[in-house]
Amino acid sequence: MTISTLTRGGAQREQQHCLRKMERVIIAMQDPDIGLKMRNQRLLITVIPHAMTGNDIMEWLIQKYNITDEEAGHLGGLLVQYGYIYPLKEPRSLILRSDDSPYRFQTPYFWTSSRWPASELDYAIYLAKKNIRKQGELVDYEKQNYNLLHKRINHTWDFVVMQAREQIRASKQRRKADRIVLECQEQAYWLVNKPCPGAFDVFDLGPERCNVLNSRVILNRRALVRNRVKSSICLESFMKFCDQYHQHDPIMSGCLPSNPWISDDTTHWTINTDLVGTPTRLRVERWSFSFMELLNDCLGRREFMTYLEKEFSGENLCFWEACEDLRHGESSKIILKVEEVYKTFLSPGAARWVNIDSKTMERTLEGIKQPHRFVMDDAQMHIYFLMKKDSYPRYLKSDLYKNMLSKAIVPQETKKSVFPFMRRQRHSSPSPAMVSQATEDNGKAKGAGPAATNSGTLS
Amino acid sequence: ELRPLPVCLFFKECEQQAFLVHLERFSISPEMATQEVQPNETLSNLKAESDTLKTKLEDERAKLHDVELHQVAEKVDGLGQFIMKTRRTLKGHGNKVLCMDWCKDKRRIVSSSQDGKVIVWDAFTTNKEHAVTMPCTWVMACAYAPSGCAVACGGLDNKCSVYPLSLDKNENLAAKKKSVAMHTNYLSACSFTNSDMQILTSSGDGTCALWDVESGQLLQSFHGHAADVLCLDLAPSETGNTFISGGCDKKANVWDMRSGQCIQSFETHESDINSVRYYPSGDAFASGSDDATCRLYDLRADREVAIYSKESIIFGASSVDFSLSGRLLFGGYNDYTINVWDVLKGTRVSILFGHENRVSALRVSPDGTAFCSGSWDHTLRVWA
Repeated sequence: MTISTLTRGGAQREQQHCLRKMERVIIAMQDPDIGLKMRNQRLLITVIPHAMTGNDIMEWLIQKYNITDEEAGHLGGLLVQYGYIYPLKEPRSLILRSDDSPYRFQTPYFWTSSRWPASELDYAIYLAKKNIRKQGELVDYEKQNYNLLHKRINHTWDFVVMQAREQIRASKQRRKADRIVLECQEQAYWLVNKPCPGAFDVFDLGPERCNVLNSRVILNRRALVRNRVKSSICLESFMKFCDQYHQHDPIMSGCLPSNPWISDDTTHWTINTDLVGTPTRLRVERWSFSFMELLNDCLGRREFMTYLEKEFSGENLCFWEACEDLRHGESSKIILKVEEVYKTFLSPGAARWVNIDSKTMERTLEGIKQPHRFVMDDAQMHIYFLMKKDSYPRYLKSDLYKNMLSKAIVPQETKKSVFPFMRRQRHSSPSPAMVSQATEDNGKAKGAGPAATNSGTLS
Repeated sequence: ELRPLPVCLFFKECEQQAFLVHLERFSISPEMATQEVQPNETLSNLKAESDTLKTKLEDERAKLHDVELHQVAEKVDGLGQFIMKTRRTLKGHGNKVLCMDWCKDKRRIVSSSQDGKVIVWDAFTTNKEHAVTMPCTWVMACAYAPSGCAVACGGLDNKCSVYPLSLDKNENLAAKKKSVAMHTNYLSACSFTNSDMQILTSSGDGTCALWDVESGQLLQSFHGHAADVLCLDLAPSETGNTFISGGCDKKANVWDMRSGQCIQSFETHESDINSVRYYPSGDAFASGSDDATCRLYDLRADREVAIYSKESIIFGASSVDFSLSGRLLFGGYNDYTINVWDVLKGTRVSILFGHENRVSALRVSPDGTAFCSGSWDHTLRVWA
């Protein structure tokens, strides 16, 4: 058969990346020294040269990549699906059998990476050949394709039939073994490129992506002058972080009393709801990891607010929350919110005046004249760091926190059920959307702004 | 005119010849083969400067690189055998699942698929709670609002739309749809910021953008990628002002949300970056690419610090996410598997089989008790 040469580049793209990698594997497999040992395989009465068994392929993959049977079977299966190896027995079934079924390497001429997309003309010639050689050899979807092509490229049909006949004649002059191999190769190519509808299609790739290459100088110039931290310091921080959070990572350390997804018991979630009466020990411990952890937890934030109010600095947290609400809220409410913040926290004699340094205050007041979403950023950051450096460490040493920690519960780990095959009933939970609807019906504002709760969790 | 049959296709010696020809052909870089010759001198000068700068930059970065991650990690205990299984299978999509996101309630999920359907599930009970059919196919992006009261989605319609979730069975969700973002090419990813009021989007038109949900106003746009932007993630940092994006130009960029500037850029992948995700501390991020590797980039050291790859992994990584402590990196791949990596030691801990087609989406649940994978095999799986 003939396959017209594609223009280089074309629509092929970086999808080819995985094909190149597969080809490297295939080439390694055929290396005279470290590759597979190939031998002659008997197919009915003919002897096919340079073939190998499915088992050979599996063993080679297992050895070369140090992987399990399962993974080798999966990888080998992909090599067959993508047309780099084809089966000699049952050629329509593109799977890898890990027994003594015979396989052969596809010739590079027919590699998926070199011959895509397949030409309509070549496909027509192939089907015509099959049809001429033996009537009724085409299966259903092939018959359909044949008829479609016959209609579509009817103007060149004479050429198609002529080519088909010529190729059949030329192949008759070959040795039987060669002819069989050539037919197998061709068939394998078309099984991959024109699969049976419903079968795996290697060219099912998702929407088209563009790939325009440009060079950027400005970014690199800027990057040259940036401050960098030594690797040893940065990497050390990852060790610390992973270590600190190890006990808190349910996938790494399990969770108490049990992981709901595994046991079907939702206790772990009910004891960790946003505003639960008594939090768990792990949760309270986490508040001490960083200021952000404390603020991100509704309960933690509420506790911190209680502490600040005892110290008469509650306005700091309120100010911070108001700024968050401004930053993340609707554009239409910006002007209103800025006014509110100014009146409540910044104006002279304000009810909840916050203590910002004069420079920042000046800048902020200037900015308020033309209010925008980020106008409070500097002031917000100043107050944030004030709380973080001063109030937060003192909170962690306070009785309020220590009491919380000592009261905190440590749930018992659930023993594995005696009858593990009896599945618990999985209870549903109220949807967050429902609660919001209820408040909406009551005429209150809808949606959870960040000032109210940081998350809309309810379960 | 007759086209002759190719001869010598199947004798070993001839096949070896064919290899050599083929290899030779591929050693010519695709750029060279398809590039038009530019007689423009300025362009070549610019390229030369860019290359010099790049080398200088690499030298600067290398100066401070005094140790490798796996060396530092030698003193850490290795991880034992990891047994994770599919605990829930969500069936209901009629076509490829393209994207998914968790609700903050730790059990609900929104997913979108090729046939235009967006479904909200209670993954714990596997019940479907809401379903919407978009007017377009290939809904490649979806996100759950922080309040749990709405979802956002989009794809080939070039838009990002927000649907408030109503529990009234008689109400048609599609009727309340709000069109928020408008791009000039497909929507690849979207995410709400800290509230229901703002959405960040990335698009095949090469840009990212920040939108006000209520008015649909464009608040900020981010230009810098030279090709389709495929993914984004918001920083968990305390000042909460940055996000990362990855694209077909093999670059991962860090952006300042307020100014629209690209503040850092990393280009070490060899192919499209399909997924980017921050390390939980916010000091680093991981990426998954069509070059079959996942990589870790440290933002303070300003460099790539780890590559997660194996010779037997040939297909691209489509989606990545960290476990709660950041010790594990889960990657969903185009060869239907999920590989679990030890982030510190750089080794693969486990490989999970189960999906019957590409894994296209993967997210760890908000409390880290499980992760969910979405696949072209029409299903979603929750693993724990």
